[in-house]
Amino acid sequence: MHRVTLTAPDDFDGWRDAARRLSNHDVDPAEVTWQVGEDGGDLFSDAPLPPERPGARFSVPRAFVDMAQSAILHRDPERFALLYALLWRVRTQRGVMEDKADPLLRRVDILAKAVRRDIHKMRAFVRFREMEEDGDGGPTSRYVAWFEPDHHIVRANAGFFVRRFAAMRWSILTPETCIHWDGATLTEGPGAARDDAPDGDPVEALWKGYYAAIFNPARLKTGAMLSEMPKKYWRNLPEAALIPDLVAGAQAREARMIATAPRPPARPPTPANNSGTVWAAVRDEAMRCTRCPLYRDATQTVFGEGPIDAPLVFIGEQPGDQEDLAGRPFVGPAGQLFDRALEEAGVDRASAYVTNAVKHFKHERRGKRRIHQTPDAGEIQACRWWLTQELDMVRPRLVVALGATAARAMLGKAVTISRTRGAGIALENGAEGWVTVHPSYLLRLPDEAKRAQERDRFVAELRMIGARVQALA
Amino acid sequence: MVQLSIRQKLEILADAAKYDASCASSGTTKRDSRGGKGIGSTEGMGICHAYAPDGRCISLLKILLTNSCIFDCHYCINRRSSDVRRARFAAKDVVDLTLSFYRRNYIEGLFLSSGIIRSPDYTMEQLVEVARALREDHDFRGYIHLKTIPDADPDLIRKAGLHADRLSINVELPTEGGLKRLAPEKDGGRIEGAMGRLRAEMEDHGDARRKYRHAPRFAPAGQSTQMIVGADAADDRAIIQRASSLYDRHRLRRVYYSAFSPIPSPSAVLPLKRPPLQREHRLYQSDWMMRFYGYDAAEIAAATDPATGCLPLDIDPKLAWALQHRASFPVDVNRAPREALLRVPGLGVKAVDRILASRRHRRLRLDDVARLTTSIVKLRPFLVAADWRPTGLVDRADLRARLAPPATQLDLFTSS
Repeated sequence: MHRVTLTAPDDFDGWRDAARRLSNHDVDPAEVTWQVGEDGGDLFSDAPLPPERPGARFSVPRAFVDMAQSAILHRDPERFALLYALLWRVRTQRGVMEDKADPLLRRVDILAKAVRRDIHKMRAFVRFREMEEDGDGGPTSRYVAWFEPDHHIVRANAGFFVRRFAAMRWSILTPETCIHWDGATLTEGPGAARDDAPDGDPVEALWKGYYAAIFNPARLKTGAMLSEMPKKYWRNLPEAALIPDLVAGAQAREARMIATAPRPPARPPTPANNSGTVWAAVRDEAMRCTRCPLYRDATQTVFGEGPIDAPLVFIGEQPGDQEDLAGRPFVGPAGQLFDRALEEAGVDRASAYVTNAVKHFKHERRGKRRIHQTPDAGEIQACRWWLTQELDMVRPRLVVALGATAARAMLGKAVTISRTRGAGIALENGAEGWVTVHPSYLLRLPDEAKRAQERDRFVAELRMIGARVQALA
Repeated sequence: MVQLSIRQKLEILADAAKYDASCASSGTTKRDSRGGKGIGSTEGMGICHAYAPDGRCISLLKILLTNSCIFDCHYCINRRSSDVRRARFAAKDVVDLTLSFYRRNYIEGLFLSSGIIRSPDYTMEQLVEVARALREDHDFRGYIHLKTIPDADPDLIRKAGLHADRLSINVELPTEGGLKRLAPEKDGGRIEGAMGRLRAEMEDHGDARRKYRHAPRFAPAGQSTQMIVGADAADDRAIIQRASSLYDRHRLRRVYYSAFSPIPSPSAVLPLKRPPLQREHRLYQSDWMMRFYGYDAAEIAAATDPATGCLPLDIDPKLAWALQHRASFPVDVNRAPREALLRVPGLGVKAVDRILASRRHRRLRLDDVARLTTSIVKLRPFLVAADWRPTGLVDRADLRARLAPPATQLDLFTSS
């Protein structure tokens, strides 16, 4: 049994020297134990390390050396033995380093990866605090940090801080080792305690102010933060003290948004009186819409029209043949029926905003005629974007969906007209929604008596709607 | 007006800058502060020094020089008509802040942008002055990212590139119509013109450096841009195609997608609602597919829903593509070329490289593949290994349902 004692937990040179000698004498990995420091007596009768063979060639792949240099810094006490076992394999078998599916290589790779991550996190999360000290020409600044790494990485990581802060005097204190830089040379000292580091720095207030201000409470995503900045680092990060309050504040804000959203009254004030310009701009944009394929066969986008501060909005299904050519909603036969019904119900058509759920004419060509086709769920969903824009600009108190397509666009889900008509529904945007039939349904009813009956019902509903708008105003 | 303290200004101007998603500090030249009189280093890989609870990394000091602006873009908190509190830093304030944050290892460098005051040229001059002072007066060798004003004098932009690692110009909105409506003073043609000039400038300096080793470097970390998602009518298909053409035409390093966030005191056009974070995430995934996985924009566009033109939100776009192209699967891990392995949902670039290296030495079994990847469950239907053949799995009608994650509530309410 060979026992190898290394001088430090990150003693790569010592490990390499011993491993080289053992390997040159074909000592099996099972015959070696590894330890750090002077402790440990002669529990077994230890064989001395075999002597270096003069002139013996020893070469291993570069990839092995790179991996070993990282993995040796891991705190796992088995790392030296694992590396020697891997070295044994590398020396006896070809292509071991490329066979990433090999369990031993995988295990060492995981160690190396953990070390690389720890090194990276130290570079990220060391926080220096400024303190005064006596220099050659009077008082000068030294930047001191307290850090608790997971692995034995401090010495290996010193070079990074030297390269980055060459013209600065700094110290990094850790429980195991401390490193100090005076602008020219790097020195090492024994481990320290947290109290040895300064306990504050006036600039931290600025940094915390920055941290809180750069956070966007509208997009809280604590999981993403925690995976990159786990809580174990928080106690040494001055800004982390703010996190619980920032998260709570964002959640409260979100809850407020949701609590206040469905309440109908209190129309939010229009920030600037530019709604006419904005409406025209949105309409222009919609004219070039290609969100669904219907634009290809239609003549033009038929956008809504009416007063932009209208208290009442009617949503139809989609433009028909005549609307498609005219570029205006509700001018065809169904539109004319609708106008007459509104007049009978005593609702002022001119004070309402009228639009369609789908803004391009969907049809099928049969000879010279263009036959109406009902838009599908995807087309309604694609066009709902525009409807939402219109409702956001008009901010009506009451929205009426005429027919199933319009109801789907208004509510975001399919509903049965017979079961939803005749009563108001609270909408997400704060308005009240009503569902009734589409006027073209009345045109299509073959039975005269039934048509008259349905028409009366439609007019009666429009009358209720008119009264409801008055009541909400 | 009351004089604001540095801290108050910092809070106002960081708050005003937070809607810009870019934070990268990577991809520039390797350099350090040894032999100089200042501080700073860049070593290829960027470092994120902190993470905010919104999950975004904090790598650079990201601030505006001023949040006053002569433009009136509806989506922007700093627009002329917004009643947000205004502040302005002097160039020296920014320099001092950057250095004192850098010395304490809070940041990798500076990302400076600005509202437009007086004129584009005047604003650009101020930005360049900060970068110049950091580099020349303080020998600062950390990372600098400058936002470039499209209408500024090309000469100023040249100066900016000599000091900065990265320059960026935001295209803001994916469609011309959206830009016209929401940012009436900006012009898509001028923005792209400026990006084209940046590209030419970078290539000229690259040529010069190949001939003369001491020719100056120009923005070695390249240029990037940002698009706001969800503020105009553009669907994912349009956004992906726009991004792809920007990558091609202007040799962009990155296109950032920023889910439109409700801003305090919004303009009439923009409702206060939750930003489409999941949609933003899917767009980033499709962006990765174009840059690292060998898909072209048309292929990803084919994975969008034909009616809405948007990527599915419940599954990732690579899986969506695979489910539409089942004839290309299963793929044999022991034989398939790299390009085919990269298209297997759940296999990343690193895992594919590990598979390629390992299979030269052994016939890979399912267990071996499991050791090389994070999760084997998602992969199984699409792979053939030495001891595994997914009989019929790829043809199952319910494959999508089996692979899509169960519906969960958005992560907005999860507490830490």
